Amino acid sequence: MTPSWTLQDLQQWDERIRARVEAFGLSYFPQEFEICDPEQMLGYMAYHGLPAQYPHWSFGKAYERLKTLYHYGVSGLPYEMVINSDPALAYLMRDNSLCLQILTMAHVYGHNDFFRNNFMFRDTRPEFTIGLFKLHADRVRDYVEDPSIGLQQVEETLDAAHALSLQCRRYGAIRKLTRAEQEEHALAAAAPPHDPYARIHKRPEYQAPDLSRVPLEPEEDLLLFIAEHNPYLSEWQRDLLRIAHQQAQYFIPQLETKIMNEGWASYWHYRILNSLELPESLYLEFLVHHNQVLRPQSGGINPYHLGFKIWQGIERRYDAPTEDEIRQHGTPEMSGVEKLFEVRQTDRDVSFLRRFLTPALMRELDLFEYQREGDKLVVSKVSDEEHWEEVKRTLLQNVGMGTVPVIRIADADFRHNRVLLIEHEHDGRDLQPEYLEKTMGYLFQLWGRPVLLKTRLHGQPATFSRTESGFEQLKS
Amino acid sequence: MGKSVFRPYVESEALRSDRSARDRLRHRHKVREAIRHNIADIVAEESIIGQSPDKIVKVPIRGVREYRFIFGEDAPGVGTGTGDTRPGQTVGAAPGQGPGGGGPGQQPGVDYYETDITLEELVDIMFEDLDLPHMERKQLRQIEVESARKRKGFRRVGVRAHLDKRRTAMARVRRAVASRAGIPQAESELRFPFHRDDLKYRRLVRDIRPQSNAAVLCIMDTSGSMDTMKKYLARSFFFLLYQFVRTRYRNVEVVFIAHDVQAHEVSEEEFFTKGESGGTAISSGYLKALEVIQERYHPTLWNLYAFHCSDGDNWAQDNPAALKAAQALCAVCNLFGYGEIKPLNSGSYGESLLRVFEALTAPNFHSLMIEGKDQIWPSFKEFLTHEREAETAERGA
Repeated sequence: MTPSWTLQDLQQWDERIRARVEAFGLSYFPQEFEICDPEQMLGYMAYHGLPAQYPHWSFGKAYERLKTLYHYGVSGLPYEMVINSDPALAYLMRDNSLCLQILTMAHVYGHNDFFRNNFMFRDTRPEFTIGLFKLHADRVRDYVEDPSIGLQQVEETLDAAHALSLQCRRYGAIRKLTRAEQEEHALAAAAPPHDPYARIHKRPEYQAPDLSRVPLEPEEDLLLFIAEHNPYLSEWQRDLLRIAHQQAQYFIPQLETKIMNEGWASYWHYRILNSLELPESLYLEFLVHHNQVLRPQSGGINPYHLGFKIWQGIERRYDAPTEDEIRQHGTPEMSGVEKLFEVRQTDRDVSFLRRFLTPALMRELDLFEYQREGDKLVVSKVSDEEHWEEVKRTLLQNVGMGTVPVIRIADADFRHNRVLLIEHEHDGRDLQPEYLEKTMGYLFQLWGRPVLLKTRLHGQPATFSRTESGFEQLKS
Repeated sequence: MGKSVFRPYVESEALRSDRSARDRLRHRHKVREAIRHNIADIVAEESIIGQSPDKIVKVPIRGVREYRFIFGEDAPGVGTGTGDTRPGQTVGAAPGQGPGGGGPGQQPGVDYYETDITLEELVDIMFEDLDLPHMERKQLRQIEVESARKRKGFRRVGVRAHLDKRRTAMARVRRAVASRAGIPQAESELRFPFHRDDLKYRRLVRDIRPQSNAAVLCIMDTSGSMDTMKKYLARSFFFLLYQFVRTRYRNVEVVFIAHDVQAHEVSEEEFFTKGESGGTAISSGYLKALEVIQERYHPTLWNLYAFHCSDGDNWAQDNPAALKAAQALCAVCNLFGYGEIKPLNSGSYGESLLRVFEALTAPNFHSLMIEGKDQIWPSFKEFLTHEREAETAERGA
C-alpha cells in the first residue's frame, strides 16, 4: 500500500508543529520518527518500543496476544509509540492518513516534553536508555550462549526476577540509606530522649538496638536484596536480578504517570492542531480521531480522557475561576498555562488526581466504585455528596504502583535460620492466593531457603510459608 | 532546536527483521509444555468428548502465566459511567477463573490466558504423554488391497498396450550395431527389421500395501441404573479408546452396542442419549458383540478392541453366562476391557461384577473401576499398559 503522503509532507508539517510547540513553551529532547508497518508496530509494542531487548518468552507471549487482539479487531493499534530516551524515539504507522500522522506527531511532542520535564523521569538517564537496554540484551545473550549456563537456567532466573521486579522502593525522591546510616539511625532512635530533669527522674533503661539484624530497616528492593545477600547465587544470576531491577526502574515512572502523561499529550495535540489552521477536510478528520482517542471507556478508565479533562479543568480554574472558586481559594496567583507547566513538573498520577480531580469533575465523569458480588461486578458507590471521597480513595489506590502490593523484607535471618521473613503491608486489599503461592515459589527459588510471608486474609492475620516441601498456610 | 529526524520505511528491513520470532517460538514451546502438564484436567473436561477432530478446544494455560504479587478479585475498582450510574447496578461480569480477563479489571500484568488447539492436536499430545511404543502391526492382520498396480521393470512378453517403444527401438539399434561387428559403412543400405527379441513390455505388478484395520466395540449398559454422570464417564472412556485406536490403524470402525436385558446395535447418537429402562443382562451385550464380530469383523482381518462400561448391577443369574461370553470375547479381541462406573456418592454400591470377572485370567482382559472424572485418564493409561502386556505375551508365544 502506498501511503497518501510523502516524507516531505511529514517534514513540512513537523516544522510547523515544532514552531507551535516552541511558541507554547514546551521543551523537548531531539525527536526521531521512524515509519513502520503494522507488523513492526506489534513487535515494538511487545518490546515496549525498545530497539534492543534481551530474549525472553514473555515478549513472544505479548506479541501473540497483541496480534490476536489486533486481528480479531478487539483492539486497534496505537497510532504512535514513543519511548523515553534522548533523542526521543517515536514510531509512526505507515498506513495512517496524513491527518493521523500530524495528530500523532503533535501528541509525541507532548510526551517528549513530559519525559523531559516531569520529576519522576529525572533519574532515568534517557541519554543512555537505548544503550542500556542493548547492553542488557548482550549480557543476557552471552549467558544464554554460555555452555555452562544455557537458556534453561537463564530463563528460570529471569522468570523469577520478572515476578519480583516491581517489588521495589517507590519513592525515588527519598534517598536509600546506607547500612552505616541505618545503624546510626537505629542508635539514635534507641537513645533516650533528652531529659532536662535527668537528676530527679529515674534513668530509663537503655535498650541497645540489635545491629546484627539484616536488614536493619524493612527492605523493599527485593531483587537487589537477594542479589546482595544470597551467597549461593552465581555472579550471572546476580547480574540477571540487577538487570530486571534496572529495567523495572525504567518503566515505573511511566506506570506512575500514565494518566498525566497521556492527558498532557492529548491536551497539547489538541491545542497544537487547533492552532495550525488545518484545511477543513483535515480538521474534521482530526476531530473524529481526537474524539475517538478521548472517548470515555464505559466501566473502566480511559487515561487519555481522564487526564485531558483534568488538565483542561486546571487551566480553566486558573484562567477563568468562577466567583465561587475565588471565594473558596482566593484569586489564582498564576495563569493557567503557568500552572500547567508547574504541575507537569512536580506531580505524578496519585498526587495529580488527589489535588486536581474535583468532586464536580468526578460527577461529570460519573465515576463510580464497583465491587465484586458473586460473579458480577456491582456498583457500590457513586460520586455523590457523601461518597465521592471514598470513590476517589479507591481510584487513587488503583493507579500506578498502587496496584502493586507493598511487600518488605523484615528479616533475612529469621530465627537465626536464614529464613526470609517478608511482610505485606495490608491496605484493605487481600493478596490473590494463587499468585501469592506461585510468586512465593519464585522467592524460594532465588533465596534458596524457606520464605515466610505475613499478611492478612479475610480480616485475619495469616502467615504463609514456602519451603522445600511446598507451600502452606501456617496455623497461628 | 535542530530538525527532527525522519527514518523512512524500508520494506526489506521489515521483511528481514522479525525480532520476536525466537521469543514467540519459545513461548509456543512453553504453551505446549503447559498443555501436556495439564492434560489430565483437560481430558476430564466434558467438551472434548464425541467431537470432530477439527473442533477447536480452548485450553487454559496455567504454566505460562506471569505471576507477581497482586491483589485479589475482591479489591474494589473505579470506572467511568454514562451519567446515570446508581449504586447496586451491575456493570459487568466478574472475571471467571483467576483474576483479570474481561470486565473493568484494572490490575496490570494480570491476564487469564487460554489458547486454541484442535482436538486432533490435543489427542496427539495426550498420546505423546502416554509414551507408548508404536505397536507392531501383526503380519497376519494385514489385508491386501489391490487398489493399484505399479510398474516394476520390463519383460519380453506382454500385451500390445504395454509395449515400451523407446526401449524396443533401442534394443533393435543395439542388435544392429552388434551384427555389423564394427563395420560402419553398410549402415544406410540395409534394411534392419525388428525381431521378436527386441520387443520390450512394461511389467506391471499389483501394488500390495499392507493396511491395518481395527474395530472398536463399545458396549454399554443402558439399564435404569445408569444415570447421566455414569454415561458421561463411560463416554469419556470410549472416546479415548476410539481416539487411541484411530492413531494406530488406518481404517477404524466403531460399533456401538447398547444393552439392558436385550442388546441392540445403535448409532453413536442413540448410544449416548438412549433413555434408561429395564434391568440388566450383561451377557446379552457380549453375545451381540460376538455376533457382530462373526458377521462383519473376522478376527483374522481386524484388530478388535472391545470395551464394556456398566455400573455392575447385573442380574445375578446372568453372571455365569456373562463370564463365558467374556472369555469368548477375549479369545477374539486384541484387548477386552470392563469398566465399572461407580461415581462416589452415587449411592449404588450394590453388586459388583469385578468379583465375578476375577475368574477371568486372559492376558488381554482388564477390568477397572472408575469413580470420578479425574480417574478416567489414569485408568485409561492403566488399561493401555495391559494392551502392551498382551502384545508382548502374544509376540512371545
